[in-house]
Formats: sequence, C-alpha cells, structure tokens
Amino acid sequence: MPNDVMGGGGAMKIKLNGQSCEVDAGTSIAGLLDRLQLDNRVLAVERNLELVSRTEHAATLLAEGDRLEVVTLVGGG
Amino acid sequence: MATDLCTESLLTIGTHTLRSRLIVGTGKYSSHMLMQEALHLSGTDCITVAVRRDRLIDADGNNLLDFIDTQRYTLLPNTAGCFSADDAVRVARLGREILLGLENPGADWVKLEVLSDTKTLLPDPVATIEATERLVAEGFQVLCYSTDDPIIARRLKEAGASSVMPAGSPIGSGQGILNPNSIRICLEYLKDGDPDYPVIVDAGVGTASDVTRAMELGVDGVLLNTAIAHARDPRQMASAMCLGTEAGHLAYLAGRIPKKLYATASSPEEGTIAARPR
Repeated sequence: MPNDVMGGGGAMKIKLNGQSCEVDAGTSIAGLLDRLQLDNRVLAVERNLELVSRTEHAATLLAEGDRLEVVTLVGGG
Repeated sequence: MATDLCTESLLTIGTHTLRSRLIVGTGKYSSHMLMQEALHLSGTDCITVAVRRDRLIDADGNNLLDFIDTQRYTLLPNTAGCFSADDAVRVARLGREILLGLENPGADWVKLEVLSDTKTLLPDPVATIEATERLVAEGFQVLCYSTDDPIIARRLKEAGASSVMPAGSPIGSGQGILNPNSIRICLEYLKDGDPDYPVIVDAGVGTASDVTRAMELGVDGVLLNTAIAHARDPRQMASAMCLGTEAGHLAYLAGRIPKKLYATASSPEEGTIAARPR
C-alpha cells in the first residue's frame, strides 16, 4: 500500500490494512478505493472494527485515526 | 458412471442443496490454474475461501476470483485464522459483504473456525459456541468446525449450527479419521430424531480411502483442502477424492456386512467332489 494515498496535502493519518498512511480531509471510503484502483465488487471494508457496506462507501467520510481494513477473498480451506 | 448412480442423492445444508458431497478448499495450490483444474475434477460444487487483507497475498495483483466461476460454485467463506469469537464474527460479516457483491448464494452462510492454538489448530469450543450463537442471531447459516467431541457437537447444534463439522484429525495433518467411534457417536447424537441433520467431516483427510471411510460411517459429506492441493498430482487426487466420496456414500447406503472372526465359504459346500479335511 502506498504511504501517501492522496499525494501531497494529506491532512489526516489513518491506518490502512495495518499500515500508516495519509489522506486528505473529506476523503470518503469510495474516494479512497477509487484512488487505490480497487474494485469494490470483490472486496469489503471495515472501519474501526465495523463493517461499512458497499452502499455506504460514498457517504462514509474518513476521520483522523481511523483504522481501515480492506479485505478480499483468497484461497483457503 | 459413478455420478449417474448418485444423481438423486443431494446434500442439503440449511437452505443450500449441493450435488456433490465433497466440499473442497481453494488454498495452498501451487497455481491458480492448477486449483481451477483440481476443483473441476473433484466434482465439487461448493468451495471454501478465506478473507484476507487486499493485495497483501498475491503481489501480482491476481485475484482468486479471476479463476473461479462464481456462477458454478457456491462459495463457503471461512473464518480461518480467527482466535476469538469477536474476530470470527467480524470476518464472517466481511465475507458476507464480499459474496453479496458477487451475488453468490454463499452470502448467507459461513464456515466458522475459532481456533485456540497455532500448533494444533484445534478449535476453541467455548468461543465457537459463542460465535455460533451470535452469527445465527445475525441470520447466518453456520457450519461449525469442531473437534470430534460428541458433547461439543451437540452444544453447537443447540446453539443453532446448520451443520457440525467434526475434524477427522488436525487440519492439514493427513492422518485421516483418527477416532471413528467418536464420529459415530457425533452422528448418533446429532441425528437423533433429526436424521437429515448434516454432519460433515472437516479436516485431516490424507487420501481417498480416508474420505471413503468417513462416508462409510454415515457422514453427509467431507470438506478437505490440503490432501488435494499438496498431493504430488493434485489433478489425479481430485479425481480420486471424487470417486472415494461416491464409493463411501454408496457403501454406507448399501450397508456393509458384519465383521466375523472366521471364514464363511462363498461357494456351496454341497456337491463338492473333493474330500474334506479331518
């Protein structure tokens, strides 16, 4: 994951999949996934231990100190 | 041929109906292509998947889903790697969210694993029961990975599990069914007054005869991964597992003969021209 997701004037520090990174104030989950070029049809997002459903990605704004988990499916038994 | 014999024998777990009694994992294959072929040859229509942080597993950016026909397979997301009820519930919710996005029928069920120990990967029975209750309350159909303890199995069913899945032996160990008597008692307790309640042996299978043996005990299905993925030739082993599952299920339905200490001749004793000893 890139350390500085939004490039330049990052204003907030968050944890993304366990790694610190900076994003602009006012960034939504949808905006973040877009910048990361992630296809939200094959992933799920959890913010501060709570699932954020796909329909809420656009309306959910990130806040300083948020812990975000972006997960997908991998091989497993 | 073998599949023709079993076409009317479907495996029902909760609201899901499966054509194959073999559920196959998607982990540990040397390539996604090999996995794809092995899944096909196994005859399964239900495959397990794990939930992990994006882009931290495959540096090439290949998504498992690029190699899985989600129209063909019902996905069964697991909570593998969870060591608490809280984490298992989180992972179950995330798995459901992904499967909803895929419009896969597996969105309403989960293979619950709550582990207690990294060395044995044995489940934490207390946390498994707690997580089962919470997930059932959230509308999940819960398939519980468990030890082969009949009392725990019964408690999981009482907690609302759609299926109890006792391990034959530790995950990935390939030791087969170590205690068939425990599995038999699990079957007796779980199916008491409820003969269609699905019981699946999950974990420990090493080769096709292990699957056959499990099915001959009367379990409804077998879930495995490593035995195919780490076989020298996963394609051939996938075919063997397919046939082993069918063979064991048919043998169970057919009803084996009792074991006896002494021989019983198959050819008639009358009319023989040979002199008998003594």
